[in-house]
Amino acid sequence: MGLIEKFLHKLATPNWGVHPDDHKRPAADAPLRILPLPARLYVPLQQHVGQPGRPIVLVGQKVLKGELIAEAQGNISAPIHAPTSGTVVAIGEITAPHPSGLPFASIAIEPDGDERAVELPIPADPFALAPAEITRLVAAAGVVGLGGATFPSAVKLALGKRSEVTTLIVNGGECEPYLSCDDRVMRDFAAAVIDGVRLMMHAMGAGKALVGIEDNKPEAIVAMRKAAAPFPEIKIRPVPARYPMGSDRQLIQTLTGKEVPSDCRAADIGVLVNNVSTANAVHRAIRLGEPLIRRIVTLSGGAIWQPGNILAPIGTLVSDLLTFAGLKSEPARLLMGGPMMGAVLPHANVPIVKGTAGILAFNEEEIITPEAGPCIRCGNCTRACPIGLLPLEMAANIRADNLSAAEAFGLSDCIACGCCAYICPSHIPLVQYFTHAKGELSAQSRSRLRNEATKRLARERAERLEREVIEKAAAAAKRKAERAAQKAAAKAAEEVAT
Amino acid sequence: MTPAFITTAPPTAPHAITANSVSTVMLTVAAALLPATLYGFWLYGWPSIFLWLITVLAALFGEALCLKLAGRQALPALFDGSALLTGWLLAISLPPWSPWWIGLLGGLFATILAKQVFGGLGYNLFNPAMVARVFLLISFPVQMTIWIAPLPITAATAPGFHDGLLILLHGIPKLDAVASASLLGFAKTELSRGIDLVHSLVAATAPANAFSGVRAGSLGETATILIAGGGLALLFLRIISWHIPVAMLVGIALPATIANSIDPARYLDATSHLLSGGAMLGAFFIATDYVTSPNTKAGQLVFGAGCGFLTYVIRTWGGYPEGVAFAVLLMNALTPVIDRYIRPRILGRNWRGAPLDPATQKVKS
Repeated sequence: MGLIEKFLHKLATPNWGVHPDDHKRPAADAPLRILPLPARLYVPLQQHVGQPGRPIVLVGQKVLKGELIAEAQGNISAPIHAPTSGTVVAIGEITAPHPSGLPFASIAIEPDGDERAVELPIPADPFALAPAEITRLVAAAGVVGLGGATFPSAVKLALGKRSEVTTLIVNGGECEPYLSCDDRVMRDFAAAVIDGVRLMMHAMGAGKALVGIEDNKPEAIVAMRKAAAPFPEIKIRPVPARYPMGSDRQLIQTLTGKEVPSDCRAADIGVLVNNVSTANAVHRAIRLGEPLIRRIVTLSGGAIWQPGNILAPIGTLVSDLLTFAGLKSEPARLLMGGPMMGAVLPHANVPIVKGTAGILAFNEEEIITPEAGPCIRCGNCTRACPIGLLPLEMAANIRADNLSAAEAFGLSDCIACGCCAYICPSHIPLVQYFTHAKGELSAQSRSRLRNEATKRLARERAERLEREVIEKAAAAAKRKAERAAQKAAAKAAEEVAT
Repeated sequence: MTPAFITTAPPTAPHAITANSVSTVMLTVAAALLPATLYGFWLYGWPSIFLWLITVLAALFGEALCLKLAGRQALPALFDGSALLTGWLLAISLPPWSPWWIGLLGGLFATILAKQVFGGLGYNLFNPAMVARVFLLISFPVQMTIWIAPLPITAATAPGFHDGLLILLHGIPKLDAVASASLLGFAKTELSRGIDLVHSLVAATAPANAFSGVRAGSLGETATILIAGGGLALLFLRIISWHIPVAMLVGIALPATIANSIDPARYLDATSHLLSGGAMLGAFFIATDYVTSPNTKAGQLVFGAGCGFLTYVIRTWGGYPEGVAFAVLLMNALTPVIDRYIRPRILGRNWRGAPLDPATQKVKS
């Protein structure tokens, strides 16, 4: 970069966030490779935010590629499809890609290698369809947000339509170090991404789209600019490479200058964020009739022999991916996702899911964690926080078990991006403090709700009992009065008769 | 129940951390002090080198002793560089030919009573070096106000290694021959004698302003340019931000300029104030102490301006000719209050913490 460019870059750089070494190359520059079909796929039922899918296949059943194997249940859910043709060999549990190492339900499929796909009707001109129809097709294809949140895309599109969103923000930030799957999608499938963006705009009724791409991905910017050239309503906007630029509120602020109110969704201010890989998945769903059954996964880290991006079917075991990419050494730590927010994997026998952007295999040198020291109040965390919180004050209060004070400092606004813990010279595990406190507060509020409900029920029962006693007494008095009246009447009749 | 302290970090995100560390920060600050300190050694010779050494060693010893008594491992905390820096800052704020026990008492006081008693690094409310300096100034006012005229170590009359040691141990022989007055002290004394600045400052005995640092003063505070240079290096390396130094210097210069323009016979000009005493050292190295200063930029501006203004007030109307240490301590006491009332704005909320209105997203309400 020239001096002037450097200066302009500095001017444009936001005053929040951190700039860790991005480690994107060489993985980002390696051509996309396609994983040969693994011996077995374990397709989890819970790959998205919301209700898990409900299996609709039986063990032993033959399935085709793209065939529905678990249907969505509930308002927020997504269906699951067979990533390839083969036989359902088991419906049971497998270790979830989560640090806890707890199991979750999945459908195991043994591929037959034929890759026979279901025939799906493909609309001749999707732009002639009603927006709701696009949303329905996206829902049926099981598309979820691939940026990491895995929120069902159709629900989001419907929300966008309902909220009359005017601007679609397309997230090509990919601010996490090491990850380059979105970069690869933009370089290799730019036209598909732009088509997906147009389809989503149509589904939401949004008039324009802004594609934010971090300026450390010049190749992607060029490719996307070329693909978007015929569509003036889609603008490619390079944004400064700064973590967490890919976080929706930060990207919205950078691209539109708008601030999402803390108690609102982005849709409430007329914008909505979708990932570039999601746009690609929408394109494949509508134009090719292909549900979300495969994705690009970045394999990187010091223990990987050939870092790069691999197109793999959903449900592939991490161990299969590691074997394909090759290992230089036994990984000292396995991560799913990037180093800033990714989760540690308990072992390699876990399946990848729709939201898996990368598998990082770190060697010993990459995981040195120095011991935490005392806070020296340097304020680096405050400067790094993209939300404007005071991490040092929140952590100090959480340490003193003063959770309500931490809440008053804005704990609930924390997005757990990890900037504070990254930048802390004392290496204090700040995010852990916040995660702990959030969990504790939510447990407290749950138990408070339960207590209130119990109290309400007890109160209602007491009132009911009291009411019953009164009603019984009233009824008895009424009967007594009636009997007395009858007696009196009979007596009177007798007297008349005599 | 919250665990008292998460000591061993289970592997959770983030899995990447900065290469920066507490000891890097402390040692960088020490390195930025080095040029001014070496220059001070050259100006004031062997006695000042011994004084520096004994003060730093006393501070380190006090720290180690407390850690030992608290049953904590002494070595990691000792090597974080904070005790070294505390001792160093105290040493260079002392009169350069102070006796050995001044350095010893000050060093011990700084780390034991001003820092470890509060709970160690990060928990002290007041700047340890300044607490120790004020303790010494109040307890031993005579020794703490003996200023030496610069006598470069290379000069023929400068005390050598052996004489320097004797000065440290037995005091200064023939004090009148080497003693000198600082500009602030001189101005104050003359004013109290009824001689106004217009007359006193033109006298031959009046100390002149010295950018070069060749003036009477504490061990490491006279070399204005070297101190400001070290401070700018810290700014450039982003160890400190500009807010406190600039606010503090403006806080001194602004009232000085106003008062001087009203009555130059009674009030020193801004340049003299900025180049005298510990103004530069205070602004760049002492008031900027992380632990005892506010944690927001706006708060730091208030804090720095307060330090500067109080320094000016104490220098001009107080009983002492110099006021940096007192001013910093007073503002240290206000830091929790500043932090309570000046907080950053949370994204998506207004300054009072209420969510923004989705229709306008206006910050002010």
